[in-house]
Amino acid sequence: MGLMHLDVPEASGGYSHYGVLARFRTAKALYRACEAVRDAGYSKWDALTPFPVHGLEKAMGLKPSRLPFLVLATGLTGAGLGFGLQSWVHIMAYPLVISGKPLFTWPAFVPVTFELGVLGAALGAVLGMFALNKLPTYHHPLFRSENFARVTDDGLFIAIESWDPKYDDQGTADFLSGLGAVEVERVPIEDPRDDEGAA
Amino acid sequence: MAQSQDNTHEPVTGRAPLIVGGYDFRSLTEAVAVPVERKTPIGWWFFFLPSLALLGLFGVSIGWLFWEGTGIWGLNNPVSWGFAIVNFVFWVGIGHAGTLISAILFLFRQKWRTSINRAAEAMTIFAVMCAMVFPGIHVGRVWVAYWMFPLPNQMDMWPNFRSPLIWDVFAVSIYGTVSLMFWYVGLIPDLATIRDRAKTRIRKLAYGAFALGWRGSHRNWLHYERAYLMLAGLATPLVLSVHSVVSMDFATAQLPGWHTTIFPPYFVAGAIFSGFAMVMTLMLICRVLFRMEDIITMRHLENMAKIMLLTGCMVGYAYAIEMFIAWYSGNPYEQFAFANRALGPYAWAYWIMVSCNVITPQLFWFKKMRNHIGWLFVSSILINIGMWFERFVIVASSLHRDFLPASWDYYQATFWDFASLIGSFGLFFTMFCLFARFLPMVATAEVKTVLPEADPHQGEELVRVVPVGSDTDALAQAAPAGGGGA
Repeated sequence: MGLMHLDVPEASGGYSHYGVLARFRTAKALYRACEAVRDAGYSKWDALTPFPVHGLEKAMGLKPSRLPFLVLATGLTGAGLGFGLQSWVHIMAYPLVISGKPLFTWPAFVPVTFELGVLGAALGAVLGMFALNKLPTYHHPLFRSENFARVTDDGLFIAIESWDPKYDDQGTADFLSGLGAVEVERVPIEDPRDDEGAA
Repeated sequence: MAQSQDNTHEPVTGRAPLIVGGYDFRSLTEAVAVPVERKTPIGWWFFFLPSLALLGLFGVSIGWLFWEGTGIWGLNNPVSWGFAIVNFVFWVGIGHAGTLISAILFLFRQKWRTSINRAAEAMTIFAVMCAMVFPGIHVGRVWVAYWMFPLPNQMDMWPNFRSPLIWDVFAVSIYGTVSLMFWYVGLIPDLATIRDRAKTRIRKLAYGAFALGWRGSHRNWLHYERAYLMLAGLATPLVLSVHSVVSMDFATAQLPGWHTTIFPPYFVAGAIFSGFAMVMTLMLICRVLFRMEDIITMRHLENMAKIMLLTGCMVGYAYAIEMFIAWYSGNPYEQFAFANRALGPYAWAYWIMVSCNVITPQLFWFKKMRNHIGWLFVSSILINIGMWFERFVIVASSLHRDFLPASWDYYQATFWDFASLIGSFGLFFTMFCLFARFLPMVATAEVKTVLPEADPHQGEELVRVVPVGSDTDALAQAAPAGGGGA
């Protein structure tokens, strides 16, 4: 239940828990730890922070967001539809000569074309961001950690998932402690409280 | 006390810190979240109930308008656009400062914006809401207001896309939509903060639903920051286009006083001017009411005063150029329109406008006045009065003396005109009070990024400037000392 979006491998029989969650005290320590986790070859892991730590994607070895291409596409679509709508209205649907002007007065169509282009691009940016981030995702194993509530306050975390090929139950926890984590904990996949119906 | 602290300059950068009071991540969260979580303070009701009463007046005045028609307003034959359009332009303009702060200052990497951008964006949305009411209700036959939109209908008629009025429909409604999305995207991490701090189930569900399950993943921040940057990049030309389009409602008419090419930049400057005055008014009240003097510091207020001085001078320049061009054009209608503006029946309105908009901000040349809370408050109110009158002067004084002296008349606002003006403030302040009560007023996640300990390379600059071959032991000791932020 609810695990499909976590990309758990098909043969998920062996996974007793979600992974290891480690908290770091400073942004600097987190940055260094991310570099170390990246260099150790982990792939199924994440840094979780209350604010975007500047340049952390480099330390994590993440590729730049693909969002701009999507935004360009939706923006051009919006502008194209806007221009098409106006041309269609004035040439085909309701051809009316106003002030002796030709029917296809494209300069007059520029403002609405521009506005609809902006609308398309903005919708693309927001909805595309939601899609790439899989938002909304109301259930996530990390929320089962009491400690994790600090992620929206002052907690700087690294989580390594147990289905990472390099993952080793004790070894990964020790590895994170060695990088300067102040707290390391194992996070369960299923919430024991789920039986009572609470989220 | 806070004042002297605010202006203590950092020796290295030579600038006052953005946030004072020694905040760390946790105490900052606390400072922003507690006003949302604690029991409603009495002071809030003091603002909310009068606002709600004015909102009621707004409802009554709109209801009476729908029942009776636009005859309840002081409109007459030459002056067929009155308070409704004045209020519309005024409110759209107010909104523009919010977008300037949230988008344009973001693109220019003006980090001081982080403390005020949330409230300024909220102001934008509420101002656009107020603005959108007026074109909707002023059409007279409100039941056909849908004719403004390109909707298929039984008459097979379509709007005229060559008219700036239809451009306005698109510009303002898209501006409202994009501002709302921009604001909401910025809110998501802070809603998650309130969710994670929530003690009751209702709070958890209410804030949790809108937080979308945000968990601060950097894989998410990567797309999030990119989306935010692009929204800022989109909102910037959008906001400039919106008031330009609004100005074209006037500028494309051939009426003397309206038919000028200076209108788009002049309107945009005025919009930012009035909007900053409104942000100033709101921030001066909120920072005291919610005890955020250390987050919204004197540096923020002073920067806003500087922008008000700049835009105030631009507006003053536009007034002067309008007069000059009227004389220089040699066009007698144009010359009469502007002489009449300054000396005719609406001269009182013109001189209120000039004294509030041109003279008031000049005091901001003095640092003492930019740091004087009382004067900042008074001037922000005066500027808003002046900017409302600017739109009144443009609308009423241009219309009441048109080409044909036989049709000249004087527009006298009625009780219902004033009721809808004051009532729209009720809508605005009601929304703002609800926002200040239930949502985090400051973009906490963003402010955290400007705290020194948010920098993952904190203290490393020290190492870089030391020339090769210097004492490495001293370096090793210096680095952790410089980096011990948290």
